[in-house]
Amino acid sequence: MSDAVWAGLAGVLLLVAAACTRPEPAVPAEGALAAFSGLEGRIDIGGGTAHIPVMQEAARRIMTAYPRIAITIEGGGSGVGVKKVSEGLVHIGNTGRPLKNSEQEAAGLQSFAFAVDGVALCVHPDNPVASLTTAQARAIWGGSMTNWREVGGPDLAIQLYNRDEASGTREVFWEKLLAKGPIADRANVLASNGAMKVAVAHDRGALGYISIGHIDPTLKPVSLDAVEPTQENAVSGAYPVVRHLFMNTRGKPGPLVQAFINYIYSAEGAQIIQSAGYIPAPAPGGGPR
Amino acid sequence: MSRLASLLVVLGVAGVAAFLVASALPLFASGEFFEILLGRWRPYASPGEFGIAPMIVGTILLAATATLLAAPAAIGLVAFAHGIAPRPLARLAMASVHFMTGIPTVLYGFVSVSLLVPFLRNAGAGGFSLLGAGLTLAALVLPTITLTLHSRIEATGLEVRLDCAALGMRPADTFLRVLLPRSGPGLLSATLLGFCRAAGDTVVALMVAGNAPQFPSSYLDSVRTLTAHIALVLSTDWSSPEFRSIAAAGLLLFVFNTALTAALRRLGPAEPPHVRELR
Repeated sequence: MSDAVWAGLAGVLLLVAAACTRPEPAVPAEGALAAFSGLEGRIDIGGGTAHIPVMQEAARRIMTAYPRIAITIEGGGSGVGVKKVSEGLVHIGNTGRPLKNSEQEAAGLQSFAFAVDGVALCVHPDNPVASLTTAQARAIWGGSMTNWREVGGPDLAIQLYNRDEASGTREVFWEKLLAKGPIADRANVLASNGAMKVAVAHDRGALGYISIGHIDPTLKPVSLDAVEPTQENAVSGAYPVVRHLFMNTRGKPGPLVQAFINYIYSAEGAQIIQSAGYIPAPAPGGGPR
Repeated sequence: MSRLASLLVVLGVAGVAAFLVASALPLFASGEFFEILLGRWRPYASPGEFGIAPMIVGTILLAATATLLAAPAAIGLVAFAHGIAPRPLARLAMASVHFMTGIPTVLYGFVSVSLLVPFLRNAGAGGFSLLGAGLTLAALVLPTITLTLHSRIEATGLEVRLDCAALGMRPADTFLRVLLPRSGPGLLSATLLGFCRAAGDTVVALMVAGNAPQFPSSYLDSVRTLTAHIALVLSTDWSSPEFRSIAAAGLLLFVFNTALTAALRRLGPAEPPHVRELR
């Protein structure tokens, strides 16, 4: 190789090195972010898909203020969250359901509930049906009611959209709304909250369910026994299909991961949780937010 | 170097086989294996049933649909390239088929979910269904069948073509009456190869077939394949009965694929024997 090329390579390396050792920002971060001062390293996060908007916004703010902290976020669902954190592949494994005893004991996991989320039935925006009773919902999902006409809608077959076997959203829906009742074999199965949104938004006959935080104008939430599925009703207890969102760590978290968890529990974290469509849960020990 | 490479490949395949057998072994020991193979999938019933029979049927039906849709199109394409079309057009056609091999399957799935599925639904022909996934997979296996058949026909000796030309046969006649009949085994193995590819695909089935664990009663029904089943259940709790079905599904796919590959090898050499005799 010619000298010029070597010189060029060395220059690039120097630039990279300079970028890596960028000094702390001149303006110190304010508020809850100040707790990250002096910390560096990386946090790998994986698991539940409902958590992603919260994790992403928190990561964006932290990494903007502290370039030496790297945070990676991936989905995969609650099942993946438990597995990866148990095996030490991620620092924080997210789940949309409480851990089973077997899971908790096998790897010494610690859970941090940080938000309350409801699971709502949803239909295509053009569907006139705005409310179902619990009995109707169970009859439809069990397969004994198959046409929207039977619940005051158009003469159209009901297309069921279920979630995969490892989904935390599915578990809450099945346990709390269907009371572990049957689900018709013909129900389609989708692998994420996002896929559910796309499928229901394109099918006039669709009946699916989704985390309330994911509801947007492309689909229409359905009231259950005349109670609207809003986060307010979920927190007050009026809407029954409710779950907590958890972060889980293997053993006691290290200083950086602990700082991240504290940040999610801070007032600023609460604001991030709210703008993602969830209700902040109180910090463990009942401290102020 | 080449020995090392082949050793690595053999070790890899043997490793996969050993892993699959090892994970399915507890199922054989407890006698659960055949229960899983023949049972239905009803995790929400009590007591739950965790059989994969609907997925086996779904896999076979979907792969057969895709292959049957793609094979005639592939024969047409090869006829086009070998008899009917002028040279530049024929080359263009084969170049596009080659290009199709490079399209990631997830793109087929994405385009299908955005265009084909809504189209079928508006036409009253189901949505996420055997039909939708079959049409999508047909596009996926078309190049496999076309290129295999194409290379078999290419392998037919120049002498044969010259003989035909000397007899005054037009290229289209040559293809229909001589080249295609001679490539019978080639056509069969090309179709089997396409079937293997369709049965092994995961992403298209997962995105387009609907994944309902049922025995379909019509082409408009939602189905789940073995591969999609593995993908959907993979992240459940390791000790759950859902997760145990993966070992059975994986082993079944592996055995199935091995059997088809063995059948393909039995179908014999790349060229029919009478062509070699000519040389």
